[in-house]
Amino acid sequence: MTTARQIDAEQLLYMYRTMVTIREFEETAGRLAEQAKIPGAVHLYAGEEAIAVGVCAHLDPADTITSTHRGHGHCIAKGGDVRRMFAELFGKSEGYCRGKGGSMHIADLDIGILGANGIVGGGPPIAVGAAFAAKYQGNGRVCVCFTGDGATNEGTWHEAINFAALHRLPAIFVIENNHYGEFTPQERQGAIARLADRAASYGIPGVSIDGQDVIAVYEAAREAIERARRGDGPTIIEGDTYRFYNHTGMSEGDPRPQEERAAWRQRDPIAILRGVLEQRAILSGESAERIHEEVRREVEGAIRFAEAAPYPDPSELLTDVYSD
Amino acid sequence: MTTTTGATATAQREITYLQAVNEALHHEMERDSKVFVAGIDLAARGDVFGTTRGILSRFGSERILDTPISENAIVGLAVGSALQGLRPVVSVMFIDFIGVCFDVILNQMAKNKYMFGGKARLPLVVLANAGAGGGMAAQHSQSLEALLCHIPGLKVVMPSMAADAKGLLTSAIREDNPVFFVQHKRCARLRGHVPEGEYVVPLGKARVVREGRDATVVATAYMVHEALAAAERLAERGIEIEIVDPRTLQPLDIETILASVQKTHRVLTVHEAVQFGGIGAEITSQIVAEAFDHLDAPPARLGGPWSPVPYSVVLEREWIVNADKIHDAVVALVEGGEG
Repeated sequence: MTTARQIDAEQLLYMYRTMVTIREFEETAGRLAEQAKIPGAVHLYAGEEAIAVGVCAHLDPADTITSTHRGHGHCIAKGGDVRRMFAELFGKSEGYCRGKGGSMHIADLDIGILGANGIVGGGPPIAVGAAFAAKYQGNGRVCVCFTGDGATNEGTWHEAINFAALHRLPAIFVIENNHYGEFTPQERQGAIARLADRAASYGIPGVSIDGQDVIAVYEAAREAIERARRGDGPTIIEGDTYRFYNHTGMSEGDPRPQEERAAWRQRDPIAILRGVLEQRAILSGESAERIHEEVRREVEGAIRFAEAAPYPDPSELLTDVYSD
Repeated sequence: MTTTTGATATAQREITYLQAVNEALHHEMERDSKVFVAGIDLAARGDVFGTTRGILSRFGSERILDTPISENAIVGLAVGSALQGLRPVVSVMFIDFIGVCFDVILNQMAKNKYMFGGKARLPLVVLANAGAGGGMAAQHSQSLEALLCHIPGLKVVMPSMAADAKGLLTSAIREDNPVFFVQHKRCARLRGHVPEGEYVVPLGKARVVREGRDATVVATAYMVHEALAAAERLAERGIEIEIVDPRTLQPLDIETILASVQKTHRVLTVHEAVQFGGIGAEITSQIVAEAFDHLDAPPARLGGPWSPVPYSVVLEREWIVNADKIHDAVVALVEGGEG
């Protein structure tokens, strides 16, 4: 049983609302993708919300993150604007990338989001550079590198952590272990069960936590981020989690066992936090419903914004390849 | 050598290409504290080629880092720190080693600005040493610049002369885009007049290295020097070639090349990289499209043969394009295959 000690009610409610926002965003995006209103692939973060939210709750806008193909949740947790996110998914000019990036490349450099990434293991080398810049400039910033379990088998991940550990860079490597690399179970992709054990080979701490419990994530992230800010170097945090939908899209063709999926649905991170909040009398059924309703309205408003936004002018095709 | 754009030659001193590169690094690190240097054996050893000699003692270990042999981390260091406002200069040592960090180059560095809708700036330079001739065999001798030129978002410079190397590296470091600075190993020891002090050679500007009337030879990197050697022998035969060094391959200054071809009506492209799909193919294609009516003969190309670079000195000599091969190709081009 988790406790919410040391975390004030305002922070807990902020995390609850943010997790609900991610869920609403993702389920809406999934439905729109099924209706072919969103082109390409969407990789939904639903089920994994506690990790992005519990980590990013500690970050200032100037701190940076690198994200993944399953990146919508990180973006929202880091303060991203759901209107501009939906506009990007629709390929509109009001989107974060003015329609040039789409789901897998949403970035907002103004608030430290150094991009979702279509390449598994694409983010870690960039995180090294961002963390190095923070150290070089002495500005106290940290960089959080989110990856899935799949990326931990990529060379880039190992090279990045070795480098960050060697130079004691202010980086945190968060593994969202949802137990599947695309469609293949994690135990068929590597010989160790606890991915955080890999920290030993870099001489840094590694912790495995319940990734469905936002309070456990929050506390592990606090320690790792404080350590990084102190100049004591990186930490690996492995959050045990599960995606509620298929690798891409929603549930169609999901090869994972029905009983496994049902069991994880019983460990919904939003329901777990709601239980804690109700127990502490921070949230009533009525106030929870109000949050859900407000979030639904926000997402509906974002869809309207995105639908009304213009497409990019074809003349923009060749702009932004280079800086002037 | 001829004067360089923007240069005010305070003294006609001769230094090596490598010393010229080293001077540019010193000047830019002095000028801008956001510039830092990182790579394998760059700090304490000054680079295996000597590029960064003296920088550690001048600027300290915060400004120049020895890194692990970890090219993904090195090039990622450049991308991430550039996104955060620094101006990294990193080295992959041999250009052959881009193979182990190509995702960072191809999918991150080159595309971040465009994918992010233009907001990102990536002011970074990657130093890479190319070229055969040292008995280093297939994995340490390649000229892979055409691979990089094929990727929108990257810029690629490949200077042949010391003064250009200094001015182009200065421009590259001040540029807000990723630039590959490709040094040919055999250029590194060559000496040339290099102005003291700071100056820039703009990216994307070719240079007419030698004027001539009978044929244009577009040559890159060390092939410029081979072409100059060929030009002397061709002159004895009464053939005057004009040599154009693009200096920057991406973006390519096709205008200067076309102007030369319109004057000479014949063209040969020469590079050490394998001929198939090389930068010469692109240049030739653009010439045919833009100046077909000016041509008195089909454009000719010279590049490496279709094999990895061999080891044995006999085989390697056979592999590399040289002044003799350029000489014969020009004679064939000008005299109609009688060479």
